[in-house]
Amino acid sequence: MREVWVAMGTVSEADVPAVAGRPSRQWSFVPRGGRSDGGGELTARIVSSRVSLRNRLRELWHARELFVFLVRKDLKVKYKNSFLGFLWSMLNPAFVLLVYYVVFKYFLKNPTPSFALYLFAGLVVWNLFQTATTGSASVIVANAGIVKKVAFPREILALSQVGTASVFFFFQALVLILFLVGFQYSPAWGYLPIALFSLVDLIVFSAALAIFLSAVNVYFRDVEHLILVLLNAWFWGVPIIYSYNLVYGLFARHHLVWLARLYLANPVTTFVLAFQRAIYGKVFVHITGNSHYPVLANYPYHFYVELLAGQLGAAILLLFGAMLVFGRISGNFAEEL
Amino acid sequence: MSSAVEIQDVSKRFHLYLEKYSSLKERLLHLGHIPYEEFWALRNVSAEIRPGSTVGILGPNGSGKSTLLKCIAGILQPTSGQVVVRGKVAAMLELGAGFSADLSGRDNIFLNGSLLGMSRREISRRFKEIVEFAELEHFIDNQVKYYSSGMIVRLGFSIAVSMDPDVLLVDEVLSVGDERFQQKCLERVKLFQEDGRTIIVVSHSSDMLRAICDEILVFDTGRLVAFAPPGEAIRVFKEGLLALDSAAAPDAAVPVSAAPDSATPARPQVEITGVTVDHPGIGERPYLITGEPLTIRVDYLVTSAVDSAQFAIEVLSDRHQTLFATKSSGADEAMMLAPGAGSVTFCFDSLPLLDGRFTVNLGVRDAGGVVIGLAEPACEFEVMNPTRATGVVSLPMRVEVVVPGAPRHANL
Repeated sequence: MREVWVAMGTVSEADVPAVAGRPSRQWSFVPRGGRSDGGGELTARIVSSRVSLRNRLRELWHARELFVFLVRKDLKVKYKNSFLGFLWSMLNPAFVLLVYYVVFKYFLKNPTPSFALYLFAGLVVWNLFQTATTGSASVIVANAGIVKKVAFPREILALSQVGTASVFFFFQALVLILFLVGFQYSPAWGYLPIALFSLVDLIVFSAALAIFLSAVNVYFRDVEHLILVLLNAWFWGVPIIYSYNLVYGLFARHHLVWLARLYLANPVTTFVLAFQRAIYGKVFVHITGNSHYPVLANYPYHFYVELLAGQLGAAILLLFGAMLVFGRISGNFAEEL
Repeated sequence: MSSAVEIQDVSKRFHLYLEKYSSLKERLLHLGHIPYEEFWALRNVSAEIRPGSTVGILGPNGSGKSTLLKCIAGILQPTSGQVVVRGKVAAMLELGAGFSADLSGRDNIFLNGSLLGMSRREISRRFKEIVEFAELEHFIDNQVKYYSSGMIVRLGFSIAVSMDPDVLLVDEVLSVGDERFQQKCLERVKLFQEDGRTIIVVSHSSDMLRAICDEILVFDTGRLVAFAPPGEAIRVFKEGLLALDSAAAPDAAVPVSAAPDSATPARPQVEITGVTVDHPGIGERPYLITGEPLTIRVDYLVTSAVDSAQFAIEVLSDRHQTLFATKSSGADEAMMLAPGAGSVTFCFDSLPLLDGRFTVNLGVRDAGGVVIGLAEPACEFEVMNPTRATGVVSLPMRVEVVVPGAPRHANL
């Protein structure tokens, strides 16, 4: 009853003069003179079933600070209350690296020199891709609470997962640099721009996939499980542990060069190759005397640039496609969750 | 003058899946024929909401109130039609939605504010106000998981109102928190009103909407049935409820005739054969308006002669509280009733009741107090209140206000 009583006081007709004794407003409203006739200064927002891609992109751009906050939340929450905290983001890949190194170097006698570095260069790229896609697949479902109650561009949730993965990548890359310095290993300096280029490609491609997967998973909850299985296969389809030339040689011997091209069409392969080319840098390695072991593809600089440029174009198209799909079905998120 | 919110022919269709298939296997198995029912939560709703007005949305459960609010907020997209909103919107659908339990209150203010569309600079600038208003100065660096539900709600409200919105959307949230904080919230809403901001409130409480709204949208099964000032709108709303009730239980329609069997008097010497309710609106509307006259006529049949009889009437509120009970005669003089038919009429010249559904019980007693005739309930009637007053009774009142300077009189 009191609620009503107080509420009644809130209107008490328009003829109530401004009460002089009212305590000064602590709330600093921006005074709005003549807002009733205006409307011109206020931006109109339209809610309808079709939102143009341009508007979506504009909303995403406006929410860029939200992106930062979401990434920060992710990083803070993920390792909260764990003793080693943020170190886990590096310990986990380090152990994976260690296991692969021991198994392939000592059990399977992989002859690649500086094999740890070779693995490392490929794994950092893969980790970014894997973390981004697995994280984003379930992100909309996991955040059902806010998706149902707050209006914001939902793509930002998927993108924040890519952002988080990129932060982890950054720290792993730092460790990689420490490695290089520690072992006094010199990367192929000339190819470093290619590594950066491939990183950009990788992020755009991951973002496209992240947006697509996060949306589809709302309708098919299998996606978040399916992606784990697929990523497992995908990992072995990328020359991270074995060398690209091993595969290329196999195809060439059977006159199946087109298959090699298909193999290269896997975007993650390109990114990994470019990264290895820049960081690891050894194309041929002399083992004994004249026999040398080919490790990396002997492609010229411009080949990488062209390949990466083509894939950046494709990734951008994919990103738009993913946003269109997302836009089409995100209108129903609040009901489906 | 452009409106603050334009709702243009908005319809919203939901698919109610009879069984929810959300795994790939199930979808494949039921490819193309997932059984669902279409459900139109909103149908061709159009309305323009003036800038600076406070508009309520009223309707029974499932009538589309919240769906409309979500469409205005942009959380749901209408199936067809569109909503144009001018200016910044703050939606308070669930306070504290989006709080991360593991983060501190401070971090959550930034995250949540940003989620609502505030820039980091804005949040920093208002940070102190937010914390002060939420009264969380000492806990702001604690993790939110250690907050009480009241603290979470306070923080949520505080963040939402701090974003300086042009349009404020409120969904039943003003009834949370302790009483003192509720009052604080309402005062803040009042400031918004005075400041010429547009407020849209969804509520079940017609009393609250009556008190704070300029206009009310009334919904019934997805359709907008009224967009009118509070008195009129609430009348339409309650009429709808009445129609619903009578459709569900046609027996409950006024007037109830014949004596119900619930409590049979020990010696039913007087049988109540009919009860007729009469008021100026009879035949046109199933309710009376506060202040209208009400007449209840009771026909009875005396089966065996009674030496001294008294008629008693009792008016009960919908909460079964006796509002008024009296006997047929002021003095305790008794009537002699010979066998045969007769009638007694109770007249209220001006019924001072506010909103509600009221029940009338009738009884006949003999000199010894033994009940010899009973109708319980005898009839029901519904009252609509066109004014802004809330409560049960409209007490006759005159208001005299003396303002500094010239004395001023106002009548209510």
